[in-house]
Amino acid sequence: MLVDILQLTLYGIVLGSIIALGAIGVSLTFGILGFANFSHGDLMTSGAYIAFTVYTLLALPLWLAFPAGMLGAMAVALAIDWAFYSRLRRSKGLILLISSFGAALIIRSLVQIVWGPDNQVYEPGIQMAVRFGEDIVGSPGLRIKPDQVRILIGAAVLVSAVHVFLRYTRMGKAMRAMADNPDLARLTGIDTKRVIVWTWVIGAGLAGAAGVFLGLDTRLHPDMGWFILLPIFAATILGGIGRPYGAIAGGLVIGIAQELSTLQIPPDYEPLVNPAYKPAVAFAIMVLMLILRPTGLFSGRST
Amino acid sequence: MALLEVDAVTGGYGEADILHDVSLRVEEGEVVAIVGPNGAGKSTAMKAVFGLVTIRQGQIRFRGEDVTGLSPDRVVRRGISYVPQTDNIFPSLSVDENLDMGAFLRRDGIAAQKAHVYDLFPPLQAKRRQPAGTLSGGQRQMVAMGRALMLEPGLLLLDEPTAGLSPKFMDQIFDIVRTVHASGVGILMVEQNAKQALALADRGYVLAMGRNRYEDRGQALLQNSEVAEMFLGG
Repeated sequence: MLVDILQLTLYGIVLGSIIALGAIGVSLTFGILGFANFSHGDLMTSGAYIAFTVYTLLALPLWLAFPAGMLGAMAVALAIDWAFYSRLRRSKGLILLISSFGAALIIRSLVQIVWGPDNQVYEPGIQMAVRFGEDIVGSPGLRIKPDQVRILIGAAVLVSAVHVFLRYTRMGKAMRAMADNPDLARLTGIDTKRVIVWTWVIGAGLAGAAGVFLGLDTRLHPDMGWFILLPIFAATILGGIGRPYGAIAGGLVIGIAQELSTLQIPPDYEPLVNPAYKPAVAFAIMVLMLILRPTGLFSGRST
Repeated sequence: MALLEVDAVTGGYGEADILHDVSLRVEEGEVVAIVGPNGAGKSTAMKAVFGLVTIRQGQIRFRGEDVTGLSPDRVVRRGISYVPQTDNIFPSLSVDENLDMGAFLRRDGIAAQKAHVYDLFPPLQAKRRQPAGTLSGGQRQMVAMGRALMLEPGLLLLDEPTAGLSPKFMDQIFDIVRTVHASGVGILMVEQNAKQALALADRGYVLAMGRNRYEDRGQALLQNSEVAEMFLGG
């Protein structure tokens, strides 16, 4: 049972780091631009497919295709911002939210037109999991796939880079300031237009990375980003809106909670929650959080 | 030439005008207080200077240049800083980072001005790395003013700096205003605590119903029996 819990926690950390990468972007756009971006999941999808094309068509190694996915997602986000959101800057958050819903549908449909509606994978065949830690946690030890190790390392590197950016650069501090208090940022003379561009660059770049990781962990599908949007929103709210560090913590909590919910309990080894209902776990956490502590764990803005 | 001249300004938010022919001026290095009953348009008059109000008539000049209708981010570049009444800090940023943001527009070194701000507000020194949102009300007000001072403005606009503070903190805030003033910055402040504000101000304006009612030296307004009876609660 302990081994099972640790195994699920490990899977939860993998899933959680993908959710966290998405949630950082949602949290920043929510804090800075003032709306819940429903197209964020589809930005992930676009990044995953752009990396897929570079990987398969140009026969480049995946580590080269990966930044292409990030850059692609950034380009998609900036294009959408230019085409839609920039014209609605003074509108209420609800108007922007609905327009982001439209943007989400557009991206998803384009992905379907270009790449088709079927499942695709970066690498055909099944990857063998590596066993380790048998002497520490007991038989049969823990399993992890090499791709999952790559995801964990990649996420750790990206999160560290974002941390350095937000903490030590002038633009990073300005982004946190604007997420804290957009009105005051304007009155202070912070260049809010540039902050918005950087918000998309960082948010969508991480979304593109998360999309590739998600495709690597499971498969590519036009709905992949849409389906993970709910856990990402849950992580954002859990961490506090406009709190990128909260989003990271929230992502890990949601990821681990989702995986642990499938724990099979003796004596009849029924899972705690039917795995088909995994996303409902995120939903339940989100609702509970909104009732108990709407500003999130890290006291973000209540919107 | 006055530092700031508001010349017969009429305006408001949207359709209805709140200010009618309001005029005021601040000389270089002066503290000027705007007092008056609730709804007199005190804060609106100040916001008009900072480009937050639609001005239909009249003109606002800063150091002789027309700044009427400029957006806040342009006004701030001209050398006017504004401290809103509420939400005037970045709560999750450290005290030091709040000051950094105040200097966002500056491309030259900011270390000297930062040291100057910490000299003005010694209690902040020890809390440099602490999130500003965790400080006491009085210290937050110091952060807010410190942020506004980072651009070395010629004029500081303070919107009800003591609103919602306990009497103990109020005295502290008026001391801070004196300190900032002593460093040579012109100050235009809106205050509910009219007596204390006028006692500290070089000059004061009494607004009522969005119009100028009285204008005099701060002390003189305090001693004006009419003003006292009508606006200062006897």
